[in-house]
Amino acid sequence: MPHYEPWSEERARAVIGEYSHLEGPLMPMLHAVQETFGHVPDAVVPMLAELLNVSRAEVHGVVTFYHDFRHEPAGRHVLKLCRAEACQAAGGDALADHAEHRLGCKLGETTADGRVTVEPIYCLGLCATAPSAMLDGRIVARLTERRLDALIAEAQS
Amino acid sequence: MSTVRIYVPKDACAIACGADEVVAAIEAAALKRRQPVEIVRNGSRGMLWLEPLVEVVTPEGRIGYGPVAEDDVEALFEAGLLTGGDHALRIGKPEEHPFMAKQTRLTFARCGIVDPASLADYRAHGGYRGLERALQLGPDAIIEEVKKSGLRGRGGAGFPTAIKWKTVADAKADRKYIVCNADEGDSGTFADRMIMEGDPFELIEGMTIAGIAVGATKGYVYTRSEYPHAIWAMEKAIEVARAGGMLGANISGSPYSFDLEVRMGAGAYVCGEETALLDSLEGKRGTVRAKPPLPAHKGLFQKPTVINNVLSLTAVPHILADGGEFYANFGMGRSRGTMPIQIAGNVKFGGLFETAFGITLGELVNDIGGGTVTGKPVKAAQVGGPLGAYVPTWQFDLPFDYEAFAAKDALIGHGGIVVFDENADMAKMARFAMEFCSVESCGKCTPCRIGSTRGVELMDRIIAGERVESNLATLTDLCQTMKLGSLCALGGFTPYPVLSAMNHFPEEFGAPPRRLEAAE
Repeated sequence: MPHYEPWSEERARAVIGEYSHLEGPLMPMLHAVQETFGHVPDAVVPMLAELLNVSRAEVHGVVTFYHDFRHEPAGRHVLKLCRAEACQAAGGDALADHAEHRLGCKLGETTADGRVTVEPIYCLGLCATAPSAMLDGRIVARLTERRLDALIAEAQS
Repeated sequence: MSTVRIYVPKDACAIACGADEVVAAIEAAALKRRQPVEIVRNGSRGMLWLEPLVEVVTPEGRIGYGPVAEDDVEALFEAGLLTGGDHALRIGKPEEHPFMAKQTRLTFARCGIVDPASLADYRAHGGYRGLERALQLGPDAIIEEVKKSGLRGRGGAGFPTAIKWKTVADAKADRKYIVCNADEGDSGTFADRMIMEGDPFELIEGMTIAGIAVGATKGYVYTRSEYPHAIWAMEKAIEVARAGGMLGANISGSPYSFDLEVRMGAGAYVCGEETALLDSLEGKRGTVRAKPPLPAHKGLFQKPTVINNVLSLTAVPHILADGGEFYANFGMGRSRGTMPIQIAGNVKFGGLFETAFGITLGELVNDIGGGTVTGKPVKAAQVGGPLGAYVPTWQFDLPFDYEAFAAKDALIGHGGIVVFDENADMAKMARFAMEFCSVESCGKCTPCRIGSTRGVELMDRIIAGERVESNLATLTDLCQTMKLGSLCALGGFTPYPVLSAMNHFPEEFGAPPRRLEAAE
């Protein structure tokens, strides 16, 4: 399970500063912020804007464009189910329905107890051993209902 | 007891099927027997239904066992795994397996064989022969060699690579870039991932040659956040290459300098489009740029930029090592060389099959892929990712060739084939294509941004059986608008899966069956 740090402006500056020598550093900086705090807090937007000499709107535009960047922290565990064509061809639809039913929430939502966020992902590149999923960064292929249940149980524990 | 060398892939697919657990089980079983073993984490051979494929080095060569589960390891040791002993999972020498023996491997020749973190292993298997010759030839002759090979962009567009390179070489600028498009977002494709995890030095070599040819000193590999294993493998290889004098200043003692950096996307499919990718690299929203100016003139940070797919760049070392003519000898028509084809979805023997252009879709799906894993009849195959057409079985005689596919309103794309059995709901797949486009549209052009949303609404009405005939006519019209009016392939090619599903399987859209060659 990933451990994130509580928000700290000082820490954010240090994290961002590690990438200031790069060409076009905004994306690596945003990834680093999210890796540290679990999401991209609003407070980081003006900091980045000032550092990179662009408007707040431009930074906000980038943060909101990419699916990966979270505005709010996710649940304690993140279960991503591949919903792309190859996984659909191999029975992914039924597994997604099963996961929604078991967790009591839709793809893109977090369970009421805040334990599990379940999300669609479009292709993990494991298309010859479909369907596939990712639990907190760990990839699993040849997913069956039984294996999915095991992943869900692990995420709920 | 002498140390036995065992190969267990570190390819993401193998790991997702339990390779790390198998390694732990092998170590435990060996320790119990006081048998020293050396475990090498190679890439995948590409027979993905056999992953994790464990290989043991014996006096007769490497003997493979697969698919090995954690629980099989003890029994495998009892059966004499370390000496190539017999067992139900034994497949013999992997290179003699029919799936491998039928292939022509150039780009993937080393993948699954070498240790992807070892420069010495890379060299021992023919690595850096291409760069060596490139350094002797010099920039003009390198481009001439690539031109002779007939290499066309493997990302999907099929544009001649040498023309791109020549344009950048001729451009005057204080700084030029080589950008590798490794944003492999198409469902059913994994060749870029496999080569980055299994033979990353080949990509480094290809990019270095491109840098020398056009006068660029800096390169970026832009890949996906969904590919953490590929990123680790690439970064590791870059570090090793730098330490070995193969990246950085004065490569291999030559006057040329070139260095590389890996950059990670953030889950936006449209960043696989080259100009959106460049904007993303610059730290902007991944919106598509209008062309001209071409990236070759004004690319990354407005500097002349070569942007090529992983598979184009990894073909380059072979073209340089063995000559452009050698490469051009493979293939058919204007499609020269080999194509790493990826067989996926509902298929029995899914994997990476590199072969010369010209093989038919039917051979790939039925003979090599073995049909569906569910055992039900094949209904269609989507070729070329989410923007590729659904090809029905009665068109399976189609040869893998850019022009042949285009003539049937289909495309090769990045070479991915997703097989569907008879349970596939084609109207639902058409709706999905529109929905995917609406979610992933960068929003810059109206046909894609608005058209895809209208497309989803139309498909919902068609699926609900509302005024089917007139809604289908509107959908066809909308598809034409998207095809002709979109700025890039996302909006421009989404009509391919939609129209192909509708034309080949009209009865599933509530229209009368029409099994003849469907008109547009």
